[in-house]
Amino acid sequence: MDRFKRTPIAEQAPKVRSHNFKEVCLGYTEEEAVAEAKRCLNCKNPQCMTKCPVSVNIPEFIHEIAEGNFAEAAKVLAKYTALPAVCGRVCPQESQCESKCVLGNKGDAVAIGKLERFAADWAREHNIEVATAKEKNGHKVAVIGSGPAGITCAGDLAKEGYDVTIYEALHKPGGVLVYGIPEFRLPKDTVVKHEIENLKKLGVKIETNVIVGRTITIDDLFEKGNYDAVFIGSGAGLPKFMGIPGENYNGVFSANEFLTRNNLMKAFKDEYDTPIKVGKKVAVVGGGNVAMDAARTAKRLGAEVWIVYRRSEEELPARAEEVHHAKEEGINFELLTNPIEIVGDEKGWVKGIKCVRMELGEPDKSGRRRPEPIEGSEFEFEVDTVIMALGTSPNPLIPSTTKGLEVDKRRCIVADESGRTSREGVFAGGDAVTGAATVILAMGAGKEAAAAIDEYINK
Amino acid sequence: MYKIVDKKNLAPNIFSMDILAPRVAQSAQPGQFVIVIADEKGERVPLTICDYDTEKGTVTIVVQSTGCSTKKMAEYNVGDYFEDFVGPLGQPSEYVNEDLNELKKKKVLFVAGGVGTAPVYPQARWFHERGIDVDVIIGAKTKELVILEEKMSKVAGNLYVATDDGSYGFKGMVTNLIEDLVKNQGKKYDFIVCIGPMIMMKFVCKLTKELGIKTIVSLNPIMVDGTGMCGACRVSVGNETKFACVDGPEFDGHLVNFDEALRRQTQYKSEESEKGGQHVCKCQQGGAK
Ligand SMILES: Cc1cc2nc3c(=O)[nH]c(=O)nc-3n(C[C@H](O)[C@H](O)[C@H](O)COP(=O)(O)OP(=O)(O)OC[C@H]3O[C@@H](n4cnc5c(N)ncnc54)[C@H](O)[C@@H]3O)c2cc1C
Ligand SMILES: Cc1cc2nc3c(=O)[nH]c(=O)nc-3n(C[C@H](O)[C@H](O)[C@H](O)COP(=O)(O)OP(=O)(O)OC[C@H]3O[C@@H](n4cnc5c(N)ncnc54)[C@H](O)[C@@H]3O)c2cc1C
Ligand code: SF4
Ligand code: SF4
Ligand code: FES
Repeated sequence: MDRFKRTPIAEQAPKVRSHNFKEVCLGYTEEEAVAEAKRCLNCKNPQCMTKCPVSVNIPEFIHEIAEGNFAEAAKVLAKYTALPAVCGRVCPQESQCESKCVLGNKGDAVAIGKLERFAADWAREHNIEVATAKEKNGHKVAVIGSGPAGITCAGDLAKEGYDVTIYEALHKPGGVLVYGIPEFRLPKDTVVKHEIENLKKLGVKIETNVIVGRTITIDDLFEKGNYDAVFIGSGAGLPKFMGIPGENYNGVFSANEFLTRNNLMKAFKDEYDTPIKVGKKVAVVGGGNVAMDAARTAKRLGAEVWIVYRRSEEELPARAEEVHHAKEEGINFELLTNPIEIVGDEKGWVKGIKCVRMELGEPDKSGRRRPEPIEGSEFEFEVDTVIMALGTSPNPLIPSTTKGLEVDKRRCIVADESGRTSREGVFAGGDAVTGAATVILAMGAGKEAAAAIDEYINK
Repeated sequence: MYKIVDKKNLAPNIFSMDILAPRVAQSAQPGQFVIVIADEKGERVPLTICDYDTEKGTVTIVVQSTGCSTKKMAEYNVGDYFEDFVGPLGQPSEYVNEDLNELKKKKVLFVAGGVGTAPVYPQARWFHERGIDVDVIIGAKTKELVILEEKMSKVAGNLYVATDDGSYGFKGMVTNLIEDLVKNQGKKYDFIVCIGPMIMMKFVCKLTKELGIKTIVSLNPIMVDGTGMCGACRVSVGNETKFACVDGPEFDGHLVNFDEALRRQTQYKSEESEKGGQHVCKCQQGGAK
């Protein structure tokens, strides 16, 4: 065995997978997982752990896999993350844990994410129970939103014996895991559903179709619901548009609309009623995970797709793996390019997009070189659909209906590192506090808040 | 699951249902709407809250079957359940928060078109309960499509009915009737609330702009989530893009870009029929539940 070479993992071939919604990566077999786990040096001072936002004991769980103790590996993971099957799939490992693996200095880092996913999948497929709840302690906590932040907070509190109810605005629990991230990266009926079922097994009640701020308010929860504390994990779901001419033509969608129709409403399946409009030529504006997901979804629905991004490849905020997969699947990249207008036909449908080429100038506040338009470089290309994937911000609904809940300039809820907000008994975490970030950060925030809620109620 | 506790046919292809949803009934206010999903494979269908009963815990919806999803809903009967029912969504009508004494000085006209008559009823009743009698126009294509006339007559000051073909009441469009009231009968209104098909609201607003009467309209663009998450419902109001589901659905009609709104409403028309061609809609199979 070559210690410096990563054990290859099976994937659906690009030509095949670009026509279906099944998962791209097929995961390790037991033998492959053991072989990959054996590469880990079990470092005394594991650098990989320093870059994991929830400090998973990486050498410990990998060691269990190397020994063939897959159930034990899952149990180790369960101490740190409520959603290992999810994190193993969608964490930006290359810039987190794997970026610091010592093996990376000379060759390939250990495939930490893929091993995490393996252990979690194995435990699910073998019905291993990894968590149990303590006896009920008589205290009630309400959790708003069922994304990674809410799921983690609810799970941790339920384990401590709290009576937890999750209120979710949509008709299905899971947050971005269900409406945003597509099936081909994160299977819903197996992985996500299982995580939700686990929560229910811990005694967590989930009430869908409840919009806090409309159906009920946070004050109602305290006054009528007798909750001792409330956790807000309502995410950052509000889509941004560019404000360029032509954005309201028929055929211009937010990535949220496009992905929600496809993922949550299952428009890609014939037997579901919700329609989706994809067209033949699609421009996706943006360069993050959301843009890659929208582009690859459009491709699978039969379109030819261009990603239009104003900076260069190096600055693409999406995970490296997703960019790589997108390229393999034949997505075209128009980098250093910025849309300035969407062009419509006489009936008001999109027929093209007008762009300008960009060059990178001086670094801006974020430290990235600022893209500047090159004069006279305007050009137009023909598309019939434009999908805007420019990022999202928190929904103002909860702050606007909750007295005394402080928000910052970006409309994010203000909370300290334990999730305490300006209102007593109200905690918050995840994208609602940080703005759009990652699954693992949202999970970490949910975990911190659960500990702080426990402390608050017991003080 | 949300139980259907009452169902009435109001006119051909127009029916009302009372749905058991206590929390929604508790929080509902005039002007707001709900989203209904008939079954697991159904789409999210936005519908105006036409009435609510906090004691019984029910919310009344009135639906006109026009396409696949609303036809599917029409197959449901008392005792059946809808998969999902969420609300109340959107902003309550502006006047709900106005000073009552100020409001009492005002002359108000409601203009209802077709199935839009249903959401006008609780609004007219809201005024009636506060001692204000508003004038109401019900407009319909023909006599048999006039709905809720009797109920409306109990809460309205003057009730006028107009049919396009003259089979009942005033012969002509609601715009002709408004013109007649204001120009020939000397009626004065401080504001008008107009709810009906987009095209009707467009022409009412064109007229009332000329007449200089403020007009509130209730828009019904395409929606998905109804909570501000998707932007499908965007409308241009006074050259600003608004999300109708959170900023509306009621807007100052003189600022709405109706041509854009009408155009955006058609976005899924062809797609739906294409899709309907590939597979048999539940509604065409005769209501599998
Ligand atoms: C398309 C896409 C791809 C992504 N890819 C990745 C990736 O590869 N890796 C990664 O780490 N991260 C990724 N992310 C980001 C990641 O998904 C989010 O950072 C994470 O889901 C945030 O979790 P959360 O729990 O804070 O919020 P969310 O997952 O957004 O969940 C919030 C929930 O709260 C509900 N809610 C909102 N308001 C209310 C209310 N008023 N009442 C009741 N419920 C309410 C919402 O309906 C939602 O279900 C991606 C995001 C998107 C959109
Ligand atoms: C705030 C609001 C309040 C409304 N109130 C009422 C009401 O009280 N009574 C009533 O009968 N109708 C109401 N409507 C309109 C109703 O939602 C549409 O008639 C219905 O969604 C059309 O679905 P369909 O498949 O039966 O019909 P079709 O007209 O055949 O529509 C074809 C397709 O277009 C799409 N579509 C069309 N309109 C909408 C929409 N508004 N939202 C989402 N998708 C749409 C759907 O995918 C639909 O399948 C309201 C709409 C809004 C936004
Ligand atoms: S949770 Fe994410 S960052 Fe932490 S070890 Fe797992 S994959 Fe790496
Ligand atoms: S740094 Fe790499 S080799 Fe060392 S413990 Fe972490 S994963 Fe194993
Ligand atoms: S319906 Fe999605 S934002 Fe309004």
